[in-house]
Amino acid sequence: MSDQAQRLTDFLQRVPYVRFLGMRAELAGDEMTAILPYAPHLVGNVLLPALHGGVLGAFLEMTALAQLSVFQPSERVHKTIDVTIEYLRPGRSVTTYARADLRKVGRRIANVHVEAWQEQRDRPVAALRGHFMLSKDPAA
Amino acid sequence: MTDDPGLASEYAEHMIREVPQAAALGIELVSLGPSRGAMRVPWREDLVGDPDTGVIAGGVVTTVLDHVCGLSVRSLSGDPFPTATLDLRIDYMRPAAPRSDVIAEAHCYKLTRTIAFVRATAYDTDPDDPIATAQAAFVLHEGMGS
Repeated sequence: MSDQAQRLTDFLQRVPYVRFLGMRAELAGDEMTAILPYAPHLVGNVLLPALHGGVLGAFLEMTALAQLSVFQPSERVHKTIDVTIEYLRPGRSVTTYARADLRKVGRRIANVHVEAWQEQRDRPVAALRGHFMLSKDPAA
Repeated sequence: MTDDPGLASEYAEHMIREVPQAAALGIELVSLGPSRGAMRVPWREDLVGDPDTGVIAGGVVTTVLDHVCGLSVRSLSGDPFPTATLDLRIDYMRPAAPRSDVIAEAHCYKLTRTIAFVRATAYDTDPDDPIATAQAAFVLHEGMGS
């Protein structure tokens, strides 16, 4: 397993809330795709049914943190400063995917954009823009 | 506007007990008033976001903020259908205290025929020392396009 893959596995296994969501992620070279399989406890609207908006926001945020854990390694979890979540379509009861784009990584702060989709990559269900405080790795 | 507080309270019960994600998080209703609402998420091991500190995950705060914003809109609009979130901005002031519950309070301060504007804060012990603040816009059911 590459160092990046190991760091991703460590992040996903270490954070209890990632397991609560049932979130996974895969690395293809330097590209990470986060995967949120549909589960009944993620539903926020039983009539449609649709995933809870908070769950989609949380999945986008965890995708940003996972991407940072792979490419900005630190022994500690990076901290979210602010996020803006845009809801584009209802999240239906199928698997959701997300990819994060590290737009700018500074010495202390990273700007990250994340987009989530379901069956069609070009029909996103939600997007996030956020700033994250980078934790310093004491070993670095 | 909702004239019948019983209906709003019935809807609040629905949001707590029958919305699967709210039930999974163990969200509790704290208070409900015209244009306002408050909810609590009890701390739980499986909701932790930082295993080094035991602090509840930001995603949990996001979800309870979104949920309580929806409640505050419903308490004002009387719209019998769930609202859809257009956008949600959250600023994280500080981490919650380790192993602490999170309480979120929302105020729907403006309602038009189609859009509701909401501000919310989340805190652990002191409402004047928030862990996060939020600003959200919701589209009411009748304003929903496809």
